[in-house]
Amino acid sequence: MHKSLLLYFATIFIFLYLPIGVLVLNSFNLNRYGMHWDGFTLQWFSAMVRNHGLMEAARNSLLVALSSASLATFIGALGAVGMYLYRFKGQQILKGTLLSMLMIPDIILAIAFLVLFILLGVSLGFWSLLLAHITFCLPFAVMTVFARLQGFDPFLLDAARDLGASESQVLSRIVLPLLRPALLASWLLSFTLSLDDVIVSSFVTGPSFDVLPLKIFSMVKVGVKPEVNALATLMIGVSIVFVIISQSLIKEKKR
Amino acid sequence: MDTNFQPVLSINDLSKSFDDTVAIDHFNLAISQGEFITLLGPSGCGKTTLLRLIAGFEKPDRGTIFLDGVSIIPLPPEKRKVNTVFQSYALFPHMTVFENIAFGLRLRNVSSQELKETVGAALEQTKLASFAGRMPSQLSGGQQQRVAIARAIVNKPRVLLLDEPLSALDARLRSEMQVELKRLQRELNITTILVTHEQDEALSLSDRVVVMNEGEIAQIGTPREIYEEPSSLYVARFIGDINLLPATIEGRNVGDTLGATMLGQQISLNSSLDFSPGTKVQILLRPEDIRLDRDIQEDMPRFSGTIVERRYRGATLDTTIQLDHGPTIQACEFFDENDPDFDYQIGERVEVSWVRGWEVILPDEE
Repeated sequence: MHKSLLLYFATIFIFLYLPIGVLVLNSFNLNRYGMHWDGFTLQWFSAMVRNHGLMEAARNSLLVALSSASLATFIGALGAVGMYLYRFKGQQILKGTLLSMLMIPDIILAIAFLVLFILLGVSLGFWSLLLAHITFCLPFAVMTVFARLQGFDPFLLDAARDLGASESQVLSRIVLPLLRPALLASWLLSFTLSLDDVIVSSFVTGPSFDVLPLKIFSMVKVGVKPEVNALATLMIGVSIVFVIISQSLIKEKKR
Repeated sequence: MDTNFQPVLSINDLSKSFDDTVAIDHFNLAISQGEFITLLGPSGCGKTTLLRLIAGFEKPDRGTIFLDGVSIIPLPPEKRKVNTVFQSYALFPHMTVFENIAFGLRLRNVSSQELKETVGAALEQTKLASFAGRMPSQLSGGQQQRVAIARAIVNKPRVLLLDEPLSALDARLRSEMQVELKRLQRELNITTILVTHEQDEALSLSDRVVVMNEGEIAQIGTPREIYEEPSSLYVARFIGDINLLPATIEGRNVGDTLGATMLGQQISLNSSLDFSPGTKVQILLRPEDIRLDRDIQEDMPRFSGTIVERRYRGATLDTTIQLDHGPTIQACEFFDENDPDFDYQIGERVEVSWVRGWEVILPDEE
């Protein structure tokens, strides 16, 4: 029983991580095509750094992801707090449209953005990309923050008012500190969504502003480049650090 | 102190509706310094709404609330010198016990020295000194309750509002907290309004009890008055166990008693109230007013019945008696030194009466 369970876990683990493992291994493989192990090297990492197109796309992607995650979280948090604190006409419709945004296929969104930007005469590049990314991150941000707010004891806000806090003091001393984990979660989620988006980005960015997923996509059309492996390994490393940070934050909350 | 001459809180002609439901209906009440008032009633009787109106979380449709003679209706909750202990405690989960209690003082920019002393004193008063650094999630229900109380009283409110503060605790802890709450209230001489649906809490804690029914006062009085002289069937039913026996008034006898027929017998009732002959009334008798067999006083009417249930309760023996020509009666007898071993068998025949003069006559509302 114990052995079969172990075998089961091992199978799942291999199934999940074998492809990633091969990729990471190949980023250190002297063999250019990764067909067999020729020895350890860091040359693909230096090749990656020397590839200006790739580095620029990475910088662009980071810029868009950082700004859209921050703005989407900010706007989304305000929206969620507003929906939680006040009752207004059309609230249900607003919530419904936000939820349905989560379910609209990316390709539809992408075409919609393109049509709109052309109609408004927005030139395709950083700004069109940023607007599109904020838009598709926003529902996730609102829902993450709103879910956290709904977990609150509703009398917390009354209690703060009762003890002498004005409305803005309730926000700064009670609501914001309690929302911190949700804000972080929303930011990380938006950052990831923005960073690895291919479909929407491919429609709404122009030739002057290349982003990483598109760049990688175009590079691997003519065979996997080892510097892409190196970049992927780097990004996996960064994600693992992110996961560890967010996990430790959650643990701290529970304690 | 001149506050003795003027009520701390006075509620004048207050009304509040939600949509079509009337929560508070032309409500009047004056509360004096240091008084412990309980608003008692079933859920939906408007007692919590009244508390929220005083705290400022709801706006009344009409009427005013005066605190020390000044209307507080225009003031938002944070400007009112009242503090609330919430049913769910509503402790701030991201703050330590100390910071929770200090919250109100910090907002008023109290100097750090004074803040430390005041919070320290509140921690002492509520026996929380060793928990100051804990988070609320690390506390038991009773401790959380104490933090909620400390957080309110540290601001020295003119009126302390308690919204069913003990309902989340188990029975033993609840009675412990009742004693502690009463001690604190007495020591600090703090005017307090408690909202509860527990009659036992209302009777043991309050100076005056306000029994509420559908947004109005059903009766207001000391716990003793409410228990011994309920003014209506509603109040009588709400406070304690009762037996109700239907009777018909015959007329006033010589010697200032009322003649009446009850279950086919002529009886005389003590009452200063006047009922016209033929009026149907209900005779209210508490289980402890009932006397059986040899404990029945001379000249009292006797009704025969059968014991259908007995429950040994330690200090008392509780019985249920099915009257031959009437309803079932609950009786509660104390063991006394003359006959500490008395008991009944189920099915045993007994005679039932009550202590002369302990009956309450209520007009039949049905």
